[in-house]
Amino acid sequence: MRQVAIVAFGQSDHRPDSAETSEVEMLMPVLHQVLDTVGLRAGEIDFTCSGSSDYLAGRAFSFTMALDGVGAWPPISESHVEMDGAWALYEAWTRLLTGEADTALVYAYGKSSPGDLREVLTRQLDPYYMAPLWPDSVSLAALQAQALIDAADTGADERALAGVAARSRTAAETNPHAQLTGSPPPEALLDEPYLVRPLRRHDCPPIGDGAAAVVLAAGDTARRLCPRPAWIRGMDHRTEAHSLGVRDLTRSPSTRLAAERAGAFQAPVDLAELHAPFTSQELILRRELRLADAVRVNPSGGALAANPMMAAGLIRLGEAAAAIHRGAAGRALAHATSGPCLQQNLVAVLEGDVL
Amino acid sequence: MTPAPSPEVLQAPLVVEFPFTRSLGPVQSAFLTGLRNRTVLGVRTTDGRVLVPPVEYDPVTADELADLVEVAPTGTVTTWAWNPAPRRGQPLRTPFAWVLVRLDGADTALLHALDAPGPDAVRTGMRVRIRWAGERVGAITDIACFEPYDGAGAGEAVPHSGEFADPVSGIVAPARLDYTYAPGRAQSRYLKALAGRTTYGERCPSCRKVYVPPRGACPTCGVATDEQVEVGPRGTVTTFCIVNIKARNLDIEVPYVYAHIALDGADLALHGRIGGIPYDQVRMGLRVEPVWSADGRYPDHYRPTGEPDADYDTYKELL
Repeated sequence: MRQVAIVAFGQSDHRPDSAETSEVEMLMPVLHQVLDTVGLRAGEIDFTCSGSSDYLAGRAFSFTMALDGVGAWPPISESHVEMDGAWALYEAWTRLLTGEADTALVYAYGKSSPGDLREVLTRQLDPYYMAPLWPDSVSLAALQAQALIDAADTGADERALAGVAARSRTAAETNPHAQLTGSPPPEALLDEPYLVRPLRRHDCPPIGDGAAAVVLAAGDTARRLCPRPAWIRGMDHRTEAHSLGVRDLTRSPSTRLAAERAGAFQAPVDLAELHAPFTSQELILRRELRLADAVRVNPSGGALAANPMMAAGLIRLGEAAAAIHRGAAGRALAHATSGPCLQQNLVAVLEGDVL
Repeated sequence: MTPAPSPEVLQAPLVVEFPFTRSLGPVQSAFLTGLRNRTVLGVRTTDGRVLVPPVEYDPVTADELADLVEVAPTGTVTTWAWNPAPRRGQPLRTPFAWVLVRLDGADTALLHALDAPGPDAVRTGMRVRIRWAGERVGAITDIACFEPYDGAGAGEAVPHSGEFADPVSGIVAPARLDYTYAPGRAQSRYLKALAGRTTYGERCPSCRKVYVPPRGACPTCGVATDEQVEVGPRGTVTTFCIVNIKARNLDIEVPYVYAHIALDGADLALHGRIGGIPYDQVRMGLRVEPVWSADGRYPDHYRPTGEPDADYDTYKELL
């Protein structure tokens, strides 16, 4: 089978508010950055795929406005997913595997600042039984966190959650794009008031605006464009029932299955970028992915340092690939999630050529 | 040709509001009609589990489900989260706990609110019962919330026909989201100039085309457009259509003409309404000029200038 690699990755600086730029204005520098990295012009890319959401923008077909940024005239081969760009990357990967394209540009963006994100996200819930109650995203994550704390076999408590927050935001000090960096020690975090018990503010991701892009390439094209391509050895995504009440919220069987199908358990990884917007979700993902203590988890700071909607999952793939590009990782796992309480999960395994 | 000034960013409130009308299948109809009658129904799966709230297809086996059962209005909290600051649309106005409740007789849990004096009064495993809304219409909000309950668990789910008088066949789910719309640099510059009765396009540094209205990017080259160019005010109708449908909340008599207009100096046609001429006399090549709105912030429509029509060759590239 053809081998496909991530050969370039770029992201914006993630900010709480970017009212001075439109979506396409925010996105364009990132697109130029990744194209410059591989020395291609937009018109030389075989396939373009993006991820974004009309509910964030507050208007229909909002992704068409961003297409100006990739030069969609004369016509290009293009597609869009109304979810995180990690799923756009999956679509592009399959397109390259078929041999119909040798290169792909994948981008994703989201501006949360125009709306009230916690309310906007209620519109992705089941419209008959859940959405009429307007349960916000933090409250749903809090239900999952409490279930985890109550479960006998997890060892999770509020101190453990604070430890995830402190580690992530301390790690983000070396990430120039992060929205939140630095943290008091976990014990100090426990003095803060609850946002929605059992979650405190540090257990939740920052709300912000941002964009990301990657370039994919197949086989020899990848080798030509990148000194050390991040080969996608496997990728899979799985979903679970929409209703929270039929799921065991302390587990993530879709993550486990996606990881198995992606080949994550065939050999140990040395780095993992997990899309865990809430601290409790990292603990759940670590267990499902069977990550050893030695694995570096989210050296970028992860979604707790910057969580631009629709881009944060793609950024996990990009950060993992970038670590391989610079020789800082040999075999990396990247994970993206979408929907309430880890409803949908994507896992990719990336490898560099042996140095 | 002037370099673009650093714009003061425009912002305006934007409300997106829909009354989504949704039809119900047989299972959801029975469940929501049941709530109107203070009866909670679930559905039994082919392997014997009872799902509450009920669904038409088994989330595990994908079997079609229709075997309705009645469960108790009492149950057990399986997880909870204390919400100290209720938000718009949520079930209670005072601080409350979100709960997943497994009703007695059910194997799955229902999401709702629990009215409790404080977080210390809530725990996983606590017993609760439904507090019904005073006025019930056949919606999940017919359950006002849950409240603490001292009683023991009730028995098994019992078969139910799912038949009620005057069943609910649909719901109207109003959704309102409030945004602060910010159009970004290019469109802010355009809108501000428009309020001064000047129309600016932006030129692509690569292909040299002038785009109006500018969005900050050249759709051909994928690069930023940042050189402002005054265009118009006059222009040429490149193509048009005759609108015969009266739009809600729009005070324009039908039929009227909606046209693509190539402003002089622009390389892209914008669209606008044509007025000041009978609808059946509008034609390709008609020369038009803007008529500004009463508050003077944007062209309300375009009217004929009286000039001779433009030659087809002068605008054929802009169709």
